[in-house]
Amino acid sequence: MTRLIQSRGFWIALLIVIVGAAGPWWLSAYILGVLTSAYYFSVFAMSWDLLFGFAGEVNFGPTFLIGLGAYGAAILNSTMGYAIPICLVFGVVVALVGGLLLAVPALRLHGPYFGLITLVSVLLLRNAIVIFASVTGGEIGMTVPDVLSIDANVNYWYALAFMVVCAIILFGLSRSAVGLILQASGQDAIEAAALGFNVTKHKLAAFCVSAAFSGLAGGMLVFYLGAASVDTVIDLSIAVQIIIAAVLGGRRTILGAALGAIVLLLADEALRPLGQLNTFVVSGVALAVILFFPDGLLGYLLHGKEE
Amino acid sequence: MLASQILIDGFAISALYGLGAVGFTLIFGVSGVLNLAHGGVMLVAALIGWFVASEFETGPFLGAALGILAGLGMAYLTYFIVVRPIQRSRVIPAAEQEIFILTGTLLWGIMIQVGMDYLFTDNPVTMRPMFPGVVNLLGVRTPRNELMIAVICWVVIGLLWLLVNRTRAGKQLLAASINPRGLTLLGFELSNIYLLVWSIYGVLAGLAGVLLASFLGVSSANAGQLTASAFSIVVLGGLGSVSGSLVAAYVVGYLETITAYLIAPTLRPIPALLLLVLVMYVRPQGLFGRR
Repeated sequence: MTRLIQSRGFWIALLIVIVGAAGPWWLSAYILGVLTSAYYFSVFAMSWDLLFGFAGEVNFGPTFLIGLGAYGAAILNSTMGYAIPICLVFGVVVALVGGLLLAVPALRLHGPYFGLITLVSVLLLRNAIVIFASVTGGEIGMTVPDVLSIDANVNYWYALAFMVVCAIILFGLSRSAVGLILQASGQDAIEAAALGFNVTKHKLAAFCVSAAFSGLAGGMLVFYLGAASVDTVIDLSIAVQIIIAAVLGGRRTILGAALGAIVLLLADEALRPLGQLNTFVVSGVALAVILFFPDGLLGYLLHGKEE
Repeated sequence: MLASQILIDGFAISALYGLGAVGFTLIFGVSGVLNLAHGGVMLVAALIGWFVASEFETGPFLGAALGILAGLGMAYLTYFIVVRPIQRSRVIPAAEQEIFILTGTLLWGIMIQVGMDYLFTDNPVTMRPMFPGVVNLLGVRTPRNELMIAVICWVVIGLLWLLVNRTRAGKQLLAASINPRGLTLLGFELSNIYLLVWSIYGVLAGLAGVLLASFLGVSSANAGQLTASAFSIVVLGGLGSVSGSLVAAYVVGYLETITAYLIAPTLRPIPALLLLVLVMYVRPQGLFGRR
């Protein structure tokens, strides 16, 4: 605990959070809205980083887990009318089941093979939602009767608090012994197993944690937006954005993923005048980052100075 | 009647899928690169071919030729801008190269798609058929173009087989896929071989793109879908196995055609995706893959 208080990073993070929490007093309503989405998005990116950076699994379909959580919560809310917390828990359970479904092949498949399975899982989920349009609203999406709050400021604080809590848990996990074992089994599973660690158990745990946070964030996003649609929580372009965000911010840092997500969404807004070309520019920048600074923004800030 | 319709349509579509997937699997087999910008390369060839043919009224053949050239150019750009810098990078750890190439080509594919969207909009376009008219085949009125496309695909695949198995350069490719280090020790320049395989890839992907534009039509919104279907076919057949990819292309092509005709066109891709997941669970290396 004392080491935590003495570390510089802790105070910087605390300062950023305080400045962020004061956002409603110095930011325009528009930027506030963008940031609210960005905070949920950053949780997506952090849970992706836990799987990719630590467990070494290329998950091309983070939106499979997010979509399951989002739609699970949304469907329960709109058909049964349960309160939001119950719906969120249900969403998490659905996402956990999805995470386990993904974990089973992940224990046998590696690299591109597993990547493809995750890609296919998103396509299948998308198709399933379109087929069962009577419950899910199909391509148009569905609205949920309950929302977190109708006050933009309150919504902003919800999102910020949610992100901070998730960041603390995920970051703490990544720095714990479990995180180290995950990293070891991601880099060399055989050696990690030879050292006596149960690789299977840890990988399963990583999938469950990643799924739970993705699903929870997906559910929260639905209750913030008041609607669930394929284009906001499932589409492959969202999945790609999550990957870009995490790689841009720096793999294997967790907090970098959150930073990347916020920077990416703000850049997307700032480049809006470019029209269609903004995606082009953002992808180009992300490509340049992975070519020249493979450690990402945060990685560069932390390690760049040491050299 | 319906059966022969399915037989013919499925054959043509599968042949095109096969051609589209062969280049993708070749690159992986020889240099271990999974090019997720594959759909983008096909898209560039298709759109340039269509644009030249319709805008300058050069006729479909010159359009197709320029389209293939554009595909080749795009393949070179992919190699020199994205793949080679990652392969040669000193800051990227070797163990993570594969993941970086996947992410890099994915981003590059998005850039191509958005660029094409900007230049040509995302309206679906279809090139005028290269071979107009219809022929009566097994009691089905079939467009001559469709038959010729299947023929072209198989001729090109046959030529590729000859190139790989019967020429000196092809044998080098084969050797590089088996043991790159051994080949280097024998005094062959590996980067020349990579350049060769990317050239072959560019022509194959370009041709597949142009034929696609002439057969089913393309839109810049399709790039991701094209990559995904080539990727699934190749993994289903076994990564790096050319004959496996061809078999898988026929399995997927017929499965899709049968679904579209007998169940519902909207469910078209689903059985193939389910089959893929099933195969991955039971036999992760694919139907004909080597581990």
